[in-house]
Amino acid sequence: MAKPLLEFTDRGIYCQQGKFYIDPWKPVDDAVITHAHADHAYWGHKRYLAHHLSREVLLYRLGEINLQTIEYGESIVKNGVKISMYPAGHVIGSAQIRVEYKGVVWVVSGDYKTEDDGISTPFEPVKCHHFISECTFGMPVYTWKPQSQIFEDVNGWWKSNLEHGLATVIVGYSLGKAQRILQNLDLNLGKVYTHGVIENTNEALRRNGVILNPTERITSESSKEAVRKGIIIAPPSSVGTPWMRKFGPYSFGYCSGWMAIRGAKRRRAADRGFVMSDHADWDGLVSAIDATDCECVYLTHGYTATFTRYLNEIGFNAREVHTLYGGEEEDDAVTEKDEKEEISELPKDERSPELKEAAK
Amino acid sequence: MKAFANLFLALDETNKTNEKVKVLKDYFTSVPDTDKMHMLALFTGRKPKRQINATLIRTWAIEASNIPQWLFEESYHVVGDLAETMSLLMPASESSSSKSLTEWIAEINNLADKNEEEKKLWLMSSWAMLDSQERFVFNKLLTGSFRIGVSQNLVVKALADVTGIEAPALTHRIMGKWMPEDYTYEQLVQEQTASDDISRPYPFFLAYPIQETSEKQKSAEDLHLALGDATEWQAEWKWDGIRAQMIKRDGEIFIWSRGEDLATEKFPELHPFLYDLPNGTVLDGEILSFSNGKPLPFNVLQTRIGRKNLSKKILAESPVATIVYDCLEYEGEDIRHKTQSERREILETLQSQTSDPETFRISSLIEFDTWQELETQREQSRAMIAEGIMLKRKSATYQVGRRRGDWWKWKIDPLSVDAVMVYAQKGHGRRADLYTDYTFAVWDGDKLVPFAKAYSGLTDAEINKVDYFVKRNTLEKFGPVRTVKPELVFEIGFEGINKSSRHKSGIALRFPRILRWRHDKPKEEADTLESLKTLLEIGYEDETPD
Repeated sequence: MAKPLLEFTDRGIYCQQGKFYIDPWKPVDDAVITHAHADHAYWGHKRYLAHHLSREVLLYRLGEINLQTIEYGESIVKNGVKISMYPAGHVIGSAQIRVEYKGVVWVVSGDYKTEDDGISTPFEPVKCHHFISECTFGMPVYTWKPQSQIFEDVNGWWKSNLEHGLATVIVGYSLGKAQRILQNLDLNLGKVYTHGVIENTNEALRRNGVILNPTERITSESSKEAVRKGIIIAPPSSVGTPWMRKFGPYSFGYCSGWMAIRGAKRRRAADRGFVMSDHADWDGLVSAIDATDCECVYLTHGYTATFTRYLNEIGFNAREVHTLYGGEEEDDAVTEKDEKEEISELPKDERSPELKEAAK
Repeated sequence: MKAFANLFLALDETNKTNEKVKVLKDYFTSVPDTDKMHMLALFTGRKPKRQINATLIRTWAIEASNIPQWLFEESYHVVGDLAETMSLLMPASESSSSKSLTEWIAEINNLADKNEEEKKLWLMSSWAMLDSQERFVFNKLLTGSFRIGVSQNLVVKALADVTGIEAPALTHRIMGKWMPEDYTYEQLVQEQTASDDISRPYPFFLAYPIQETSEKQKSAEDLHLALGDATEWQAEWKWDGIRAQMIKRDGEIFIWSRGEDLATEKFPELHPFLYDLPNGTVLDGEILSFSNGKPLPFNVLQTRIGRKNLSKKILAESPVATIVYDCLEYEGEDIRHKTQSERREILETLQSQTSDPETFRISSLIEFDTWQELETQREQSRAMIAEGIMLKRKSATYQVGRRRGDWWKWKIDPLSVDAVMVYAQKGHGRRADLYTDYTFAVWDGDKLVPFAKAYSGLTDAEINKVDYFVKRNTLEKFGPVRTVKPELVFEIGFEGINKSSRHKSGIALRFPRILRWRHDKPKEEADTLESLKTLLEIGYEDETPD
């Protein structure tokens, strides 16, 4: 039997025919990147291929890399293997990677969500023979409410904080959640202030031509009084730090899919937990996989064992695969990891002064 | 029900005491009186009787969720709470309901004489009209697992603010065996006398550890600095039994345990002396197993606590008596405002009149003039089968709840052993989906023998680290339990040790908990079963009856 077009190796997902890797976690010559989060876009590869909208964030996070970018639907050919990208709806610039050779089609989902968040290009199902999917929230207890309802709650909470003289801090990671929050806040209520780590990402996206609502970076010169009348978007790593405490008294809201569970919410000790994720929920995962018409689906990270068993029971041909994406299965710390790695994985001389500050 | 569900949500959403009190007050001022009493009952541990058994609820919930049973079970392991799991898995409701908490509880109670088919119909239609937050508290009502992140003290504080009645009086009025169906809000806020409910106990006065949260033992000098002159204090042994309040009023007797459980029937040995007491007497003391005039270790008593029927054998093997240390009511009068010394005198008089001094014992006072002398005496604790010493200010009144100042416990250091973690299991509630429950082993030759389970003593940060280790070093999975690579060493503290033929290791520990993580110790340096067994000799020659 011929070798499958994509294989799972200890460096990442590998295409031998095309001699490239998808989201490899060890240095390789050619890396195709689904999106710019730290557990998918590692430093140290010779050549990178990613979506146009990931360009500036990748350069900001990884420094001077050899980067080629393409548009959704556009394709390039390597050794007869056709590589193309389709929107994954996870964050701005996130792509599913479609790989085709001699009529056989594989799709690597990267991370994805099926709901249109109004800022990332919406997820598009791609027909394929083999689908490599994430399943971070592959448990039926995870079902998301429509985004409009969640932001009604977020804006209502901000409004009530203003009425009670509390500052408002909303926490979500810097690429994805931060912009999703920013674009859905009710700006009639006040101004949006950002933590440096988030503003750096915003700036990178703006350089990339993405239109974001106006924000103001918080610096040592910022007026505490003014900031307290607006809303602060901060990364998870800032929770409980002196940086955050200086805006007190405040109410802090945490945006994460893990907030669906009361225990996880209480553990975070957030004043408000908003159940908001950039990953597909249970129904989203099942419908996305179904829409590919695939012969076989491979689950890379999340509740892989449970989800694989369920898919097989309802008639899919599903397999569990071990990768380094998303941190450990069932791991509540995933959301934070991104932020810490974002700082620690930059080559030292590439770190901006703000980041050095934040890293301390 | 919406108001009650929102109360739950709002309490969850704040960690600040003042906020919680405010939320509780808002609830009290916005709902009908009957709802107030039901809420009060639920928040003080008076849950409605379970009308549908857990297996049926689970089965029907699986049916309503339309998922396979195994997936339901896996979901439960992730969520860590059955009521919440069920509410998360069911499809969103299509209608809504405006029934009050009182109405819902009445419906639940009405299920008593319904058959299974009718119960199912009722439950399925109820679920269909509740939103997910309502469904969560509704499931909590049904399954009777009502634990909230709010103490009774806070509820009382809020109620005190709303009613203008002082908190200690309210704490007293909500004690005893009332149910919301027969105790109205009006009665609660009215002036009351002891005759309103002759079974009603007083709130227990509880001591703080003199060490507070520190691990370091206090010296005689520390005590002098903290408590002043030793002559202002009385000292007694700290007995390791069941704290109980014993009541004789109007010819009837009642025994309350500290968990506010009426336990009269569990201790028939105490009945004769209690009936002999004058009416209007309330005693506070410790119930222990005794043999030949000597207290037995707690685990002997433990063997009879859980039993529904006390067989002759159990009564013979674990006979109980009580060591009384306080008197709260005398000749029908509440004497909690009298001083410790005055109450002691009354207690001594009562005890001197009993015809059964073997059962109605008095906690003897330890003779001492200086803290140094007491420190020396304290070393005898283990030999006395005591946990240490109780210090009570001679001028102290009998207060409500855990208070600093007049009552302190001066416990002896726990025994300890260095052990290797071998199994891990996920926790519940706030720690659901985190590995927090561990089993520890010591060396027996070249084998590790599990000997104790412990789930407390680590900080949240440490738990996260252990959780990370467990997830990456799992050797085998047995349902929710994981066998982990033996590597991490912890110092395990415990209060006592006994032989046990029920455990593979041959020993059973009392109150095992993690004292600290021994990062400095490789697993080879953990203790041995042999060294644990030598501890058996200290003070505990009696074998546990099995």
